[in-house]
Amino acid sequence: MDVETNQEPPERPAVARAERHPGPKEYIRIAIILGAVTAMEVAIYYADVPHPLFIATLIFFSFVKFSLVVLWFMHLKFDSRTYARFFVMGLALAATLYFVVLISFRAFQG
Amino acid sequence: MAQAVHEAHGADHETSTGLPNVKLGMWLFLASECLLFGALISTYVLYRGSIGEGVHPIDVFDIAYTSISSFVLLASSLTMVLALSAIQRGDQVRLRLWLMTTAMLGMVFVGGQVYEFTSFIREGMTIKTNVTSGAFYTLTGFHGAHVTVGILMLLSLVVLSGLGRLGQERSQVVELVGLYWHFVDIVWIVIFTVVYLIPAGTAR
Repeated sequence: MDVETNQEPPERPAVARAERHPGPKEYIRIAIILGAVTAMEVAIYYADVPHPLFIATLIFFSFVKFSLVVLWFMHLKFDSRTYARFFVMGLALAATLYFVVLISFRAFQG
Repeated sequence: MAQAVHEAHGADHETSTGLPNVKLGMWLFLASECLLFGALISTYVLYRGSIGEGVHPIDVFDIAYTSISSFVLLASSLTMVLALSAIQRGDQVRLRLWLMTTAMLGMVFVGGQVYEFTSFIREGMTIKTNVTSGAFYTLTGFHGAHVTVGILMLLSLVVLSGLGRLGQERSQVVELVGLYWHFVDIVWIVIFTVVYLIPAGTAR
């Protein structure tokens, strides 16, 4: 008896993860949050906030918006982690590039 | 018929990773785009405040106007995912509606950028004025060019849908264009904060 032929093929986790994408209601909810965060960014710009807090808050809000779009609209929260690894690799290389150029600038300025 | 067989086969094509190669390729492309925009943003940030005669970007920014442009681009990301959701449900009418709305919002954004550039030049800041203005126009110009390419892709999808060549089984095509469009959006999220809000806010 051939036991092997009766067995189900092993499920690929990458494919299984890709099946669930959000629906329109969830997309609209995320868009409302994005709009609200952008409104807060603009409000902070016009408010009289000390510089260190101003910069930190804006970078935090930018990070929140960036993450929401990447995780929900680009589906990285739901899709295979392989895609996320590719994207994070690009971001890490871009950040490395920035710091290398920053160090070079500082070195040449003495 | 051969094409139909090929398309049907291609939709469920088995790959060694278990993931569609085209989507993997798109993410690899977006990773390379991170480097492009990373380099352009780094250049602007590092040259900002450097010595140079003439008008600098922070002297001519209109934050209220750019904020509206940011809202427009964010709204276009929503309409893009609604288009994807529509094709996944097989709703061709809503697919075309949301794709067209996304393209229109993109056109409003690019039109706004052209107007912004024109007003900056009128105020004396050209690409040759100083190093900072050169870095600013290069960065935002490249972003605008990416939005324009996105608009062309969206309009192509509208035409394909109208010709009946963008069925539910080809929803991945819309997803790929959507990934590109959202990437353009996240680049703007960074530009809006790092290039516009922080420099203009700290210069007051």
